[in-house]
Formats: sequence, structure tokens, C-alpha cells
Amino acid sequence: MSTNIFSRKRQIIEERSLSERSFSFIFILLVVLFFGVPLLWLVLAPFDAITTYSIKWPDWTLSNFSKINENPYALRSLVNSAVFSAGTGFLVILVGAPASYVLSRVKFAGRDVFLYVLLLFSSIVTGTAAMVPLFLLALKLNLLDTHHGVILVLTGGLIPASIFILKDFTDSIPKSYEESAQIFGASSWRILRDIVTPIIRPGLAVIFVWTFVQAWGNFLTPLIMIRDVNKSPAANMMYAFYTEGGTAILPLVATFSLLYTAPVLLMYLYVNKKYGFRFHGGIKG
Amino acid sequence: MSIVKIDKITKVFPGGVRALDELSLTINDGEFFALLGPSGCGKTTLLRTLGGLESPTSGVIEIDGKDVTWLKPGARNIAMVFQDYALYPHMNVLENISYPLRVRKFSKEEINRRVSQATKALSIENLLERKPSQISGGQQQRVAVARAMACTPNLYLFDEPLSNLDARLRLEARTFLKQLQRELGVTTILVTHDQSEALALADRMAVMDKGRIMQVGSPAEFFHKPANYFVASFIGSTPMNLIDGVIESDKVLIGKRTFNIPGKIKNKVSDGQKVVYGVRPEYVRVSKEDGHGSASGKVKVMENLGTHYLVTIDCDGTNFRGTAADGSEPELNSQINLRAEEGRVLIYDKQSGDLIE
Repeated sequence: MSTNIFSRKRQIIEERSLSERSFSFIFILLVVLFFGVPLLWLVLAPFDAITTYSIKWPDWTLSNFSKINENPYALRSLVNSAVFSAGTGFLVILVGAPASYVLSRVKFAGRDVFLYVLLLFSSIVTGTAAMVPLFLLALKLNLLDTHHGVILVLTGGLIPASIFILKDFTDSIPKSYEESAQIFGASSWRILRDIVTPIIRPGLAVIFVWTFVQAWGNFLTPLIMIRDVNKSPAANMMYAFYTEGGTAILPLVATFSLLYTAPVLLMYLYVNKKYGFRFHGGIKG
Repeated sequence: MSIVKIDKITKVFPGGVRALDELSLTINDGEFFALLGPSGCGKTTLLRTLGGLESPTSGVIEIDGKDVTWLKPGARNIAMVFQDYALYPHMNVLENISYPLRVRKFSKEEINRRVSQATKALSIENLLERKPSQISGGQQQRVAVARAMACTPNLYLFDEPLSNLDARLRLEARTFLKQLQRELGVTTILVTHDQSEALALADRMAVMDKGRIMQVGSPAEFFHKPANYFVASFIGSTPMNLIDGVIESDKVLIGKRTFNIPGKIKNKVSDGQKVVYGVRPEYVRVSKEDGHGSASGKVKVMENLGTHYLVTIDCDGTNFRGTAADGSEPELNSQINLRAEEGRVLIYDKQSGDLIE
């Protein structure tokens, strides 16, 4: 008797899970298609001799890449983007890491309020509303049309959120690491170098990639601050591949898009492989 | 190796919490000393103050006659084993153990000598290449102890070193720690909330409550003669009988029955004084025979503790706990006589909580 009931119960569960599973399968398939199809186009279209909006097996050629190569500004813009992004990434780490460490380890009155106000301002600094005052400020400081001007503005916008995330990460690291080193006689600098930095390195890597990608994709700030086309980043260069009438020159846009996407993608894969994009605190293993 | 003298240490945290309250204590040379108390009693704060991780609001700490109160943690030549072991996750076992030695700029040969000595003593030589996350909790603890040992400190501080181990491993680690401390002969201070750990490990121990020391003494003294009501209720794997009563003509009146008090304190109590009658269940004998005891009651609960039973007896509304040997245990709900062993009864003053002796 009892085995009968159990097997029937199991049957019901299996039936239900089958319909549930087929539903989730279809749902996931749709999501994959929604995001996957444009990516497929991005990968295939640049290699096609006749680029259209449709996805088809390409008529293989590299002529689109040589055309991009002939454009005097295209590759330079990618280098410019790399300078902006790497510069912003390093500056954010340089300022944000010590700041977040102090905010995590030293308690002072109004610390949390300070953090939230900081976060609130971060969305303002690089926001559209702040562009006019930022432009005027940059004008006064002779920062217009310079790489370091753009880097400073982008850094200013990304530092608060970075501090916020890094502080959270540092909070999850037990103080006993530092305290034990202290008892063993290590100086504060030594503890920072030998203990703290290696342990928060995955957090720093995540923040670096995040700020890099943010700067890489930023369009508005360089658009306003850079006039010299030689100094323009790739995000703005995209508009060079439009006809005067405003229609996209599809083969070139597709090819440049792939070149624009690839570095960020590769960097993500590298960091993901090295650090796994998860915060390991793990004091007990 | 070291005598630790703590003189009227007070620690008030910002926010007004008084973690240590004019606490004085002397720890003898080579002693294994345990600080025991409920959470929040200040025992960890005291240990951290000894280590230099907290600075006291007032008071003096001396190690071997030298005032170290305001010395940096690294200048005290002590080693601390943390509750979470604090093994650096990015270093392997070898690097972890040698890190303090590298900080202190020992020569390579000296570092190698000390590391191999410590790892041999703790039999972890085969783990040197592993990361802390790749070894078990028990092994992590040994690595943490080895790291402390390699420093050859004058004083070991242990902050609940066994609490992260599972029950079985904890017993093994306990025996091993005690043996190691004997061999090294270095003064060791252990903080724990587990009284069986303190009783088993310590040469002497202190029970703390609310930033003060309630009693200092050997584990045996704690077990047989708790100095006050707090310690009496805190120490012992089976809770002590602590029953309110009133003195009446050299006896304690509890409910309608009177119980004998130790003869030597008869002139220290007066009629009508409110007291607490205390006796460990281990010293309360229960028997079915008539005329055996000073009270009788009904068996309410029987708890099997392996070699003996813990028996809860209802005497006219007052619960007494006694023990009966395995094999001669009474039946549930049966009427039974009980008697406290001569010389094992402790009388506490109700108001002050102090032992009357």
C-alpha cells in the first residue's frame, strides 16, 4: 500500500516538474535568443563582404578591417579609449582603496551618513545636469581637450560608488588578520603591504574592471570635453561611420563595434578566470 | 617565563560600556591560566588589553616587573592565537608560520630551524605547501599554534582557540594543548566561555562578570567552594542546588523543612537571616530506605548521564537535584529520601551573595 502511494506521489511530482521544466526551458531559450542574436550578428557581420541587418553565414573577408585600418582616427580612438579607461581605473583604485580601508576600519561620527551622501553625489557628478558646471570648471582649469581632464572627471564620478563597494568588501575581512600581524610586530605599512593588499586584491580587480568598463563606454563626458578628433575615444568615433545624411555605414559600424567590444570582453574573461568575480573572505576555510 | 601583574585595570569603551572595572590579577610564572565568564563579561577585552590591541582607560599592566601598559603590541614579546586563527589566506602554511619571524628579521637559517622545530612538535610537516583553505579546522588550529610557538614568546594568549572545532576534535585539541603547555612551560592565558575547558586545562582560573573578577583559584576550589552565588550558579556541568531559605535556630528553613548547616558557621549567621542553601547534585544522596535523609519527596525527572542519573525531586514544591548511581536509580514518581553529604553544604548570604564561611 504505502509503496503504491509513494510511487504515485512521485509520479505526480515528475509530471509537474516536467511541465515546469519545459516552461523554464522555453523561457530561457527566449532570453538567450534575445541577447544572443545581436551578439551573433556582432561577431559575424564584420567578416561579411556584404553586411546587412540579417544574420547569415558570411561571405568571408577581412576587407572591412583593412578599411577601418585605413581610417586615420579609428585605431587611434581605441588607444585613446584605453588611456581614458586605464587612467580612470588606476586613479580610482589609488584614491578609493585607501579611502575605503580607512572608512572600514576607523569609526567616526557620521561615517554612514558620509558614505550615503557620497553615493548620492556620484550619480550627479557624471550626470547630465552637472555637465555645464563641469565644463566651466574644466575651462577655468585648462583641462578642456586634454586626456587627464577627462580622466579626472570620470574618476570623480566613479570614486564614490567604488569606495562604497570596496568598503563593503573590506568590512567582510576580519580584523584579526591585521591584529595578529600587529602582535607579531609588523608595522602599519608592512601590514598594509603584506596582509591587507593581497587579501583585498580580488576586490580591487573587480573595481578596476568595473571602472574601466564604465569609462570605456562613457560617451557624454568626452563628447563635451574633447574637441580634437585625434583625442576622441572610440565611443565617440562611432559617429564617424555615419554618412552625412545620418545613416550608418553598416560594414564599418559593425567592424568597429567588434573592435570596440573585444578588449573589454577579453579583460572580463581574464579577471574572471583569475579571481572568479567572487569575494573570498574565508578566514576559516 | 613570565609573571603578569594586572593592577586596577579599567576599560571604558566610547559609548560608556564599562568592560573592565578596576580589575586586579596576578598570573604566576609558567602557569596555565583560564579566564572564564559569560559573554560580555570582559574576558576578551582583558586579553586584548594584555596583547596591546586595546588600551586601558586606567591601570597598569606589568610583565616581569616591566610596565607594558602603553607598549606597542609587537614590543611585548607575546603571541596570540585568535578564535578564527587569523591564518593569512594568501600565504601557505610555511609562509604563515615564518611570517612573524621574517617581520622580526631573523636569519634564514634561524627561521628554517624554528619552523621545522614548531612544525615537528605539532606534526604538521606534511602541510607546509598547503593554503589555509585546503586544510581542516583542527590542522588550521595547529598551524596557528605553531606560528605562535615559532616566535618563542614570553606569554601566550589564547582567545577561545577550541570553539571553532567540533566536539570530538575539541577534546583531542584540549589534551594536546595542555600537554604542549606543560612541555613549553610558558605562561599561558586562555579565554573561554566553556567551563569544562577551563576546569580541564587551567592550573588556576578566574571567573569574571561585568568587568570584575568574581573568584580566582584552582579548578578544584571552584568546584568545591564557589566563593559567591554567581560562581556557584555558573560552575558545574550539572547545575548546583541553590535554594532560598531562612536561618532558624542554627538550621536553614526551606518551606516547612529544616536542613543542617555546617557547624563552623553557626556563629556567623543569625536567626531570620535570608540565605541561599547550596549543594552540588553530586553530593546529594538519594535512597529509598526510611530514615535515611533529612527530607523526602517525589521523583519528578530522571536524566541519564551515563555513569549516573540526575534525579530531580519535588520536596513540597521545592526542587532538589541529586544523583543516583546507575543500577540503583529510583523509579519515576516514587517517594524517596535525600540527604546532603556532610561538609558539602555551602551557605550564601542572600543579600551580598557571598559565601558564609
